[in-house]
Amino acid sequence: MENNAKLKMQLQCPMPKLDFDVITLGHGSGGMLTNKLLDSGVFDLLSNDILDKRHDGAFLEMNGKMAFSTDSFLVSPIFFPGGNIGELAVNGTVNDLAVCGAVPKYLSLSFIIEEGLKMTEFWEILVAIKYACEKANVKVVTGDTKVVEKGKGDKIFINTSGVGMMHPKAAISQENIKIGDKIILSGNIATHGMAIMSVREGLEFETTIESDSTNLNHTIINLIEKFGKDIHLLTDPTRGGVATVLKEIAVSANLGIDIFQKNIPIDDQVASACELLGLDPLYVANEGLFLSFVDASVADSFVETLQQDENGTTAKIIGSVVEAHPKQVILESAIGGKRVVSMLPGEQLPRIC
Amino acid sequence: MKYMKEYRDPELAKKYLEEIKKSVTQPWSIMEVCGGQTHSLVKNGIIDMLPKEVTMIHGPGCPVCVTPINLIDKAIHLALNENVILCSFGDMLRVPGSKINLLEAKAKGADVRILYSPLEAVNIAEDNPDREVVFFAVGFETTAPANALSVIHAHRKGLRNYAILASHVLVPPAIKAVIDDDESNIDGFLAAGHVCTIMGNSEYHPLASTYNVPIVVTGFEPLDVLQGILMVIRQLEANKATVENQYSRIVKEEGNTEAQKMIFEVFEIKNQMWRGIGEIPESGYAVKEKYALYDANKKFSISIKEAPEHPDCISGQIMKGIKKPFECPQFGKKCKPSFPLGAPMVSSEGACAAYYHFSGLIEA
Repeated sequence: MENNAKLKMQLQCPMPKLDFDVITLGHGSGGMLTNKLLDSGVFDLLSNDILDKRHDGAFLEMNGKMAFSTDSFLVSPIFFPGGNIGELAVNGTVNDLAVCGAVPKYLSLSFIIEEGLKMTEFWEILVAIKYACEKANVKVVTGDTKVVEKGKGDKIFINTSGVGMMHPKAAISQENIKIGDKIILSGNIATHGMAIMSVREGLEFETTIESDSTNLNHTIINLIEKFGKDIHLLTDPTRGGVATVLKEIAVSANLGIDIFQKNIPIDDQVASACELLGLDPLYVANEGLFLSFVDASVADSFVETLQQDENGTTAKIIGSVVEAHPKQVILESAIGGKRVVSMLPGEQLPRIC
Repeated sequence: MKYMKEYRDPELAKKYLEEIKKSVTQPWSIMEVCGGQTHSLVKNGIIDMLPKEVTMIHGPGCPVCVTPINLIDKAIHLALNENVILCSFGDMLRVPGSKINLLEAKAKGADVRILYSPLEAVNIAEDNPDREVVFFAVGFETTAPANALSVIHAHRKGLRNYAILASHVLVPPAIKAVIDDDESNIDGFLAAGHVCTIMGNSEYHPLASTYNVPIVVTGFEPLDVLQGILMVIRQLEANKATVENQYSRIVKEEGNTEAQKMIFEVFEIKNQMWRGIGEIPESGYAVKEKYALYDANKKFSISIKEAPEHPDCISGQIMKGIKKPFECPQFGKKCKPSFPLGAPMVSSEGACAAYYHFSGLIEA
């Protein structure tokens, strides 16, 4: 259904007729070509009352506590099954704000484009950005475009920053985690990372693994509305995967974490891809996924609520915060053995055999 | 994919563990030869589940770990040549050479590419006729057929810009070297299932009978490893020493004869240096003269000085099972996966790295 909506969006936003078909250095010069590029579509596509003022910066009216976040997006390939770098850039910052307990409002959007990027590709990315913004109910209010010489980039890099209004019931902080808290994963792990890897490695499976990149703000705000201060921490395990994020939390909160492999949701196809490539799904990047540390008294009801949401159908309690082994994350393997989960020294490198 | 859950069944695992406990009457030291088995033992937390009488010793079966430092320096030297595309399996990239590793060479501008198959490297050579493509052909007998096939393919295609930097190591001579070492004291072996998939079991029968040790050809899933351990223990307790095949769903007695043909079309057996262990007779493959054009050692005249190992690294003792990783004074202190002093701390199949990543419980 989501794909149909995307298709519809693309049909509704046909690319304007232009006298250039690739982006050149001139498009980032700030001169005529830049104006041509922006006027011929970008501004129209992302139009809203604030952006339309076209000032050097955006005028925002906000009262109360805010959250502010930034992220840069470099993904290769820029188009992958289930999405592209454009929606990733919107969803990434939207989700970072949401896990702070904020309602995302406004985004900045900056492109660093390598000359030679096809205009059709740029347009497709822009359409995805527009679609993602509408879905997340955020506005792009300011932006920038730079073009670098061929060979000095990787097609396109995007930075988004965003601000959101803190939800009055949100009380999310690492300091609030306590012994006994349940740890809940909102869905299947490693889907996004493996969607990208299978394209990169040219792997073909019975069905294509599609990225689960999506905005989580509506899901999360709904949970905050219902469970308020019983939600102690929310976090999205993007780079480094679930293992890295849990280890970071255990170390900085000086608490122990126990997790159970048999409870960690993963799609069969994704698990197979990880096996084939010799990767541990616990360290593979995620999108469209978040971890919650909640008071044990509400854990079951939290999972039930989450499972009713389209972004949480496979949500599960994967473990809990414990007094034993502070700073350590211990995983009980599928066969019942225990091992320590640590951070990787660098990138996860595929094993030889 | 089939066979992912079947061999990780917790109920069956419990039954195997109970059987092992019932069968053991005295202490036994069992070496799992292959790094893939070490990985499975620690990843699944099996070591702590075994009865205290059973000590697992992690063998030299990590090809990444035993690749000579000199050869890594050669690979780095080649990679830093602007005209060379150096292709490698992923986990070779972090292995320390005498000065830097391949990841650092990559950061310095070397064209280093991670591949899953040497055949991809042949395609890269075809697509880049103006550049030299070198595949860092590391591995046990398991990866040898594909490496050999890449040479055969390049030869058939008439490519002159493809070569392999071969560092193949062979399992049976290594088992022999481990048993022959006066300091090591191993009662039984889990042989590497995937090596035997290619080579078959024939080389292991004389080892088992000559040295009176049970050898069980074993797979890599948790239940495989547990069953392999049980089979070794049953033999030991019954005072038997034969070759058994736990991994019979994959391994045939004669192995994969087509793959063997490919190996011996391209390679011949030679004495081989093992990092941390030293030279083991007839324990490696060299590219035959017939395919000298595809042998990076001959094609490029590289003279690299023999570099000494880090003086604090005791990887040889670790890989022969004389010491456990946590018995090394540098383990987790000076030597970490982010700053490995020796190769077993690098690959996740290396005994030291496996312990570091997964078994903090044992450490404590």
